Amino acid sequence: MNLGVNSKSVTTSSASWKSGDAVSDQFPAGLRVLVVDDDPTCLRILEKMLRNCRYKVTTCGRAEVALKLLRDNKDGFDVVISDVHMPDMDGFKLLERVGLEMDLPVIMMSADDSKSVVMKGVTHGACDYLIKPVRMEALKNIWQHVVRKKKNEWKEKDTEQSGSVEEGDRQQKPTDDADYSSSANEGNWRNSRKRKEEEDDGDDKDDSSTLKKPRVVWSVELHQQFVTAVNQLGIDKAVPKKILELMNVPGLTRENVASHLQKYRLYLRRLSGQPQNGLGNSFLGPQDTGFGSISSLNSLDLQAYASSGQIPAQSLASIQAAALGRVTNKSGISVPIVDQRNIFSFDNPNIRFLDGQQHHSNGKQVNLLHGIPTNMDSKQLAALHQSGQPFGNNMHVNVHSPSGQSNSLLTQMVQPQSRTQMLNEVGGNQVLNFPSSVGQPGLSQPIPGSVFSRYGIDNVRPLTYTSLSQPSSVVEFSRSQGMELSGNSIPLTSNSGIPSYTSKGTLQEEVNSEIKGSRGFLPNFDAFNELNQNRTDNWDLQNVGSSIETPQHSNVQGRLDVAPSILVQPVFASDHRNGHIRTTSVNKAAFSAATSLGNGTNFGQQLTPSHADNSLRIKTERLPDMGFQSSLFPDHLGQEDLMSTLLKQPQEGLAPVENEFGFDEYQLDNLPV
Amino acid sequence: MERQAAYLRNALFDQGYLDEQFLQLEDLQDEANPHFVEEVVKLFYTDSVRLIQSIELTLKNTPWDFEKLDNIMHQFKGSSSSIGAKKVKKECSQFQEYCNVGNVEGCIREFQEVKQEHAALKRKLENYFQLAREAR
Repeated sequence: MNLGVNSKSVTTSSASWKSGDAVSDQFPAGLRVLVVDDDPTCLRILEKMLRNCRYKVTTCGRAEVALKLLRDNKDGFDVVISDVHMPDMDGFKLLERVGLEMDLPVIMMSADDSKSVVMKGVTHGACDYLIKPVRMEALKNIWQHVVRKKKNEWKEKDTEQSGSVEEGDRQQKPTDDADYSSSANEGNWRNSRKRKEEEDDGDDKDDSSTLKKPRVVWSVELHQQFVTAVNQLGIDKAVPKKILELMNVPGLTRENVASHLQKYRLYLRRLSGQPQNGLGNSFLGPQDTGFGSISSLNSLDLQAYASSGQIPAQSLASIQAAALGRVTNKSGISVPIVDQRNIFSFDNPNIRFLDGQQHHSNGKQVNLLHGIPTNMDSKQLAALHQSGQPFGNNMHVNVHSPSGQSNSLLTQMVQPQSRTQMLNEVGGNQVLNFPSSVGQPGLSQPIPGSVFSRYGIDNVRPLTYTSLSQPSSVVEFSRSQGMELSGNSIPLTSNSGIPSYTSKGTLQEEVNSEIKGSRGFLPNFDAFNELNQNRTDNWDLQNVGSSIETPQHSNVQGRLDVAPSILVQPVFASDHRNGHIRTTSVNKAAFSAATSLGNGTNFGQQLTPSHADNSLRIKTERLPDMGFQSSLFPDHLGQEDLMSTLLKQPQEGLAPVENEFGFDEYQLDNLPV
Repeated sequence: MERQAAYLRNALFDQGYLDEQFLQLEDLQDEANPHFVEEVVKLFYTDSVRLIQSIELTLKNTPWDFEKLDNIMHQFKGSSSSIGAKKVKKECSQFQEYCNVGNVEGCIREFQEVKQEHAALKRKLENYFQLAREAR
């Protein structure tokens, strides 16, 4: 028997591998691989195969053990290969954890080659997916994933820092790219890689320092700190620099945070993209981590407002914003919203709205609603604000008051209680309409967006942003408020209800601008109702994008979901226009909103679809007209105001976030600015 | 002796007992690991006993938990495929299909097939390894 023949070839190949290195750097030899598989046979085979590739292999039969190994050995591994079906932990879960905590490339394996499973791997961030039985050839090239990831990290660093340090990387990268493509063993990449891999190399590439950046292991605590910081800042405002400052962890660089943030966002996006479950509780649904608080806040706020019926316009707006932000939850915000609207209608808000409405009809406000683009909106709102200031003055003040997004929200939120009552009283009837549109519970976020769309996203946005940015603050409010508002407060998102808020200025500067716009909408709650209706329709359209779409109940909810996204992005505003765009933005917004709001569910749910449907349906017609705002505004001004206010609030938080997602494009479009 | 071992090995391939994955295993065998293939096969047979027992236990409980059966069989199939056990793998797939449609009778019958192929291959491989060792 000549079993030895093979061995020879194997040896030879190994030898050639070695000799093939022109550079002393023997990359990818020495690549540190961690293999996780509960099947001992497979594990043994893989181990041997990887050893034959001259990699440093560590095997593990259980996912928990693997995680511990990774955590204990920060920067001790370069790539992880994991089986999908494992008894103690789902392979995808491990994949997520590793991606978030350690930021390592993970390759999934399975005998299951069905498209759904492979897709799951992709969505969870796997670098590659191997079908068992795994062949040697497949393992030989896994080093490319490590290189690619490193390359991206460098790129991140580059963007993060414009310092000269990055220069080296940049220069390095282009070269590396060339190397990568050819999968050549030689090249800068190898050198730098080698440096990372093996310290013995005396290579003195200047980039080595940057290339060799030690990998940060994102422990649970560290990640928690990160999430807290992000929540504090608000998902849209969470820039690596600020996060880094908040976290105050020595030795942590902005690049570390940036890359982690990127992954985190993907993770959130993925969560949002998944069917909303349990919207009822948290708007964010998928985004529980960190954002959950936000969402809860939103829903609470709205409800609080709604119930109290005395929510000052501002508070309502804030609440709504919060709710909107949370929109994700979509859960029954509808109800609360309704209340809020009532409040609005009765109280000053009503008046405001009415005034606003008039303005809306002018069309100025329309702009506001359109594009809730995170950034743009604020500006537009400001513009709108000026035009339609029925409330503006009042609200405006409020809006501005908040020092930071979160702060303002809080401030506003606090007030809302009184407002809520107002709101409740105000729009008894009208409010109802809102809820549907606004309320889309879970949509808390979407609502803002959707609302905006009707009114001219401007209004909406402010609210949404507010809620988003302030998830934490919003949450607080709502909670204290008693969530009553949730139903009503949400209306704000629908834009109609928000008007009052917009003026509140709770939304913080960014919001302010938006609010202003919404103010114009303030016009009556009735308007909102109508808007809601329209919105509902719109939302439907809009919701497309947002994952939140399932607005909790029916139209309304769906719409609300959209709102969140709108919050983030102007998308909502552009519902009509960018039906599809909204989708995207909505989704994004939804994500951000959801994330930030966390409690979006409240809103969404409240919305009780019934209302929403009708109102929304009707709105649909409107929406298209608006271009987003023009058509809707006139009617919904009242609602819009609320919505905008609400939206604005969350938006603030969202806005920043949104941009990151790339809503920017929308913003520009939508904003009539 | 060498020729006999070689002959037996080729027969296994020709008769469909083994597929190219087995070749991969053989490729991994080298001077440092001269009995790698045999080791892995032994590992497989030890571990698969556990899986077979698990299936039998699940089959004893009524009503049948098809999902669980499918899961176990999925593992078993993955394991078998990694050593290139072609026929065993085929029977495993068949078993899973019966599971998916809830065909109790089909499952029972198919499980017997799986066990038979599993045992048959074991015998043949043991013979082969025996010859291979003697041939060295």
